[in-house]
Amino acid sequence: MAVADSGAEPTVIADHLDIIYKVIAGQGGKGTAATAFRRILKRQDRPTIREVHAVKDVNFVAYKGDAIGVIGRNGSGKSTLLRAIAGLLPPASGVVYTGGQPSLLGVNAAMMNDLTGDRNVVLGCLAMGMSAAEIQQRYDEIVEFSGIGEFIDLPMSTYSSGMAARLKFAIASAKTHDILLVDEALATGDAEFRVRSERKIRDLRDQAGTVFLVSHSLDVVLDTCNRALWLDGGVLRLDGTAEEVVAAYTKFARG
Amino acid sequence: MPTAAEPTGATDPAALAERYGLSKSSIRPPLNSYLRELWSRRQFVLSYARARTYAMYAGARLGSFWQVLTPLLNAAVYYLAFGVLLGTKNGIDNYVAFLLSGIFVFTFTQRCMTEGSRSLALNLSLIRTLHFPRATLPLAYVLNELNQMLVSLCLLFVIVGFTDGISWRWLLVAPAMVLQTMFNIGITLVCARVGTFVSDISQLLPFVTRTWLYASGIFFSLPAKLAEVDAPSWVIKVLALNPISAYIDIVRRSLLAEHEANELPHAWTIAIVWSFVMLVAGLVYFWRAEDRYGRG
Repeated sequence: MAVADSGAEPTVIADHLDIIYKVIAGQGGKGTAATAFRRILKRQDRPTIREVHAVKDVNFVAYKGDAIGVIGRNGSGKSTLLRAIAGLLPPASGVVYTGGQPSLLGVNAAMMNDLTGDRNVVLGCLAMGMSAAEIQQRYDEIVEFSGIGEFIDLPMSTYSSGMAARLKFAIASAKTHDILLVDEALATGDAEFRVRSERKIRDLRDQAGTVFLVSHSLDVVLDTCNRALWLDGGVLRLDGTAEEVVAAYTKFARG
Repeated sequence: MPTAAEPTGATDPAALAERYGLSKSSIRPPLNSYLRELWSRRQFVLSYARARTYAMYAGARLGSFWQVLTPLLNAAVYYLAFGVLLGTKNGIDNYVAFLLSGIFVFTFTQRCMTEGSRSLALNLSLIRTLHFPRATLPLAYVLNELNQMLVSLCLLFVIVGFTDGISWRWLLVAPAMVLQTMFNIGITLVCARVGTFVSDISQLLPFVTRTWLYASGIFFSLPAKLAEVDAPSWVIKVLALNPISAYIDIVRRSLLAEHEANELPHAWTIAIVWSFVMLVAGLVYFWRAEDRYGRG
């Protein structure tokens, strides 16, 4: 009963979590109408659906005020794990329990690209359930924080990836989230923005929220997180303090 | 830090989750709280629809004037084909108004279906970033089309005003629009769910709607046509069950005095029943897959 007795309030519990998803791996055959027709006649499923076992039997408990860095090589299941916590991927087996609604913030999650930045701010906030008055009140703060400046009334399709990431982070962090999942969103920002967003993450922790941060920058993990998970090939290799896990990971990475 | 690296195996996670009131992350809310949440996002639906209209015409030189121009051009093409070339207008005095009301009402539903079927697929990134009731997206698309429909209706009022004169009967167009919008919300939600999981549907839908177009009595009066070919009386009763025919008919009844001769039986009743059935069925059907949108 070690966990239950520790007194801290858990916000995310992953219980024997397995995630398998189906991907369409390229085109089977020549991809012509004739091959598609033959496939239908033979009653085959789409030929190249492959199953990917992305997360294997992961267990952990996250508490209020935790900032958890998730590290590991590319393709080790980090982003998949975050999506599962956000409730966007169904677990093949096992469960994720969360208190409150987690928000996932990723780099490739563009918003409405043909709309201007300020419209994106308003729409994003409305979608998160903020009221018009609330948005008006926070609008300047969001734009300020994003550091987009005069470009705010240009369509988002004209933004650089860094600018878009900043704006999205600013929007998503405008609301106080119980659980915020950050997927590499800070990687494209410049140094100044990184400092700001790290401060924001710390604020969020102070408000008793829980932050998950996927990052390849171990410094960021060390600076902002108190705890880290190391995923390797979908398996949770190590769960411990940020220093401990980062040290083990660097040792492993160096060979 | 008391939080790091606890041996989680020592306790039962399910019990722990229950003790602190945690819930499964991918769970569908009950229908009543889903509807409440949906209602609380009405401002989002409105703003999103407005933004979409803006984005749609932003690149065009004529801008939002296309909202008026599109139905006009559409009507002109159909008038040329059916009124002039094929000569289907026999027996209908105000054929222009007859034809336009049919086309506008039909286009409203048709556009809702085809656009709505892609409403989730086109917004995947938004869905994967933020949590909000997914039904807001198809609803915004319906609102877009309703906006377009109201512009088209104004056009129609002007035309009928010039040809037949203004009438109190016109007020009945308002409930007719409410009913059709309810139906459209339902059918759009169905198309949105199906379109998300079976993307082939967006290839198929244009053919479905075009077939529907010809079966709905838009270019000719159904009763007159059937009388022409000596069809048994049950045929008209069956054809009158078509929701689109019913919506077209109630709009025509409200607009055109001479429509009485071509009326379909029980159009208002059929329209009302379809509206409620479709709205409820669409909402429930869409909600049942709420936890599965945006996956993959």
